[in-house]
Amino acid sequence: MKILVAVKRVVDYAVKIRVKPDKTGVDTQNVKMSMNPFCEIALEEALRIKEAGFAKEVVAVSIGPSQCVDTLRTGLAMGADRGIHVEASYSFLPLTIAKILKSLADVENPGLIFLGKQAIDDDCNQTGQMVAALLGWPQATFASKVVLDKDKQSATVDREVDEGLETLSVDLPAVITTDLRLNQPRYATLPNIMKAKSKPIKKMTLEDLKVDIKSDIEIVEVTEPPKRKSGVIVSSVDELIYKLKNEAHVV
Amino acid sequence: MQRLFAARSVLGNAVKTRRRQHLSSLSSSLLFDETQLQFKESVSKFAQDVIAPHAERIDKTNSFPKDVNLWKLMGEFNLHGITAPEEYGGLGLGYLYHCIAMEEISRASGSVALSYGAHSNLCINQLVRNGNTSQKHKYLPKLISGEHVGALAMSEPNAGSDVVSMKCKADKVDGGFLINGNKMWCTNGPSAQTLIVYAKTDTKAGSKGITAFVIEKGMAGFSTAQKLDKLGMRGSDTCELVFENCFVPEENILGKEGKGVYVLMSGLDLERLVLAAGPLGIMQACLDIVLPYIRQREQFGRPLGEFQFIQGKVADMYTALQSSRSYVYSVARECDNGKVDPKDCAGTILCAAERATQVALQAIQCLGGNGYINEYATGRLLRDAKLYEIGAGTSEIRRMVIGRELFKE
Repeated sequence: MKILVAVKRVVDYAVKIRVKPDKTGVDTQNVKMSMNPFCEIALEEALRIKEAGFAKEVVAVSIGPSQCVDTLRTGLAMGADRGIHVEASYSFLPLTIAKILKSLADVENPGLIFLGKQAIDDDCNQTGQMVAALLGWPQATFASKVVLDKDKQSATVDREVDEGLETLSVDLPAVITTDLRLNQPRYATLPNIMKAKSKPIKKMTLEDLKVDIKSDIEIVEVTEPPKRKSGVIVSSVDELIYKLKNEAHVV
Repeated sequence: MQRLFAARSVLGNAVKTRRRQHLSSLSSSLLFDETQLQFKESVSKFAQDVIAPHAERIDKTNSFPKDVNLWKLMGEFNLHGITAPEEYGGLGLGYLYHCIAMEEISRASGSVALSYGAHSNLCINQLVRNGNTSQKHKYLPKLISGEHVGALAMSEPNAGSDVVSMKCKADKVDGGFLINGNKMWCTNGPSAQTLIVYAKTDTKAGSKGITAFVIEKGMAGFSTAQKLDKLGMRGSDTCELVFENCFVPEENILGKEGKGVYVLMSGLDLERLVLAAGPLGIMQACLDIVLPYIRQREQFGRPLGEFQFIQGKVADMYTALQSSRSYVYSVARECDNGKVDPKDCAGTILCAAERATQVALQAIQCLGGNGYINEYATGRLLRDAKLYEIGAGTSEIRRMVIGRELFKE
């Protein structure tokens, strides 16, 4: 079985974000970029499944500008067998990404597609779900535990939901998105970094995949959240209710 | 979401991840290629996650943590045998990679880095360069995996800078030698299983009478005395070695009898280069603390970093680090190409060490009163930095080596 893992290059989680003065987005010039942490967890799970003998190959794919190759190299250094870089000059929204991943899945025929539950830059939490819908495959999102059954060709997934944990069984092929507590990703050791240099990264274009990238969504403006103002001490419950109703407009 | 994720360590269960602040790495593309940068990133993550959380406690308790085997973990990360051949479990890479590892480990904990440097360069690398096949097969695999700890001893209570005047002697007996004498300031001495020790097989031949031996813990007549109570690098156990009629078999000679001084001196060049990356890590650690502090701390209604005096200080710290870094890695590259120049090897550590002490002093100053409180790491960074002006040949000896060579040329 082949596992396809989508990895996104995002601003590193520890960086202090700044909005560009023209409000078109976040400043990414000279800013440290890394693999999305949830994508790291997704890749780690795929590698563990391969090491347990349930899969033959782990393929990492990233969609974006040429620097995405760095993210793929990290994935290869962790242990992915090969990488696919889909060239795109700007950031796409989830539906476009999902369409691209569907095209890739049609070509690669994986038994599992792993994604992080969301990217830490846009927090969309949509791509995994959209890929499953486009492919007509079952999905198990927010996975905190994945157990494969080779004979039944299915996966039992514990999902982290608001009420607690939900256990689902999905038939393969399926889409799984990963949550924080699923695993602790491995470090890329130097021998593996060396080995990664000779692993192939295939370049593909949107034309190759025949994907229509026209989006119905346009980002109008990006602004910083309002600066947190200091609190006010109220003298009575009545005053609190008054303020909540007439000033904060929340009741 | 960014902020939420940064608090991962609070959410995580038994996860060892520590909140990784944005540690600006300040490395230039001139110094490293893509693979080296990847390695630096990776070791940095490992060191910050696995080693850094223990740094304060290692210093306070003057010992390595008992609940986690750092040596084994570093062995699993392939850090010990970077310059050792692959057949013994090493990576067969050069000093550039070794310096990268040393710098990042030092950034996490000065004590761990010093012990690591002694283990991986002073012991392992000397065995690689001078050992015969059977010695390498016997000692290297366990040292490289982290199961064993390595050490090297040349200095004596009365022979520091004047190391060639060492009195420890090795008398020829049937099948080997009997060693008598003491060695001082031996890093990793208390815990090492394998030690490289220099002794005089011919006390009348001066430097030409020195021979290098491989000593094993447990050899009859070899013991370690009290753990030394040091100003800094606390936790990196250092002690006196005592030899009382210690029998060492013939096959434990490292290199050739009477040729120990070449093993010693050539080893010192590479030791100085690799250890020079130690102060680099300390300087980086100073900036890691100072930069966020001057952005947050306000006086007179403004962040400290808006005042010119502070800007001047961090500018000096930054340029001291970057220039030392450029020197160290350029020389590492030269050594990897087979061009080992004793002047430059001594120069790198002379330069980096003295700058690191000054940078650490300025780090304390930038934190003001807080810099004087031991809750902040800056005091430890200063105490750790100072060692590098002394160990591996004092600054004075380094100056003499360089000046003497320049005079002769």
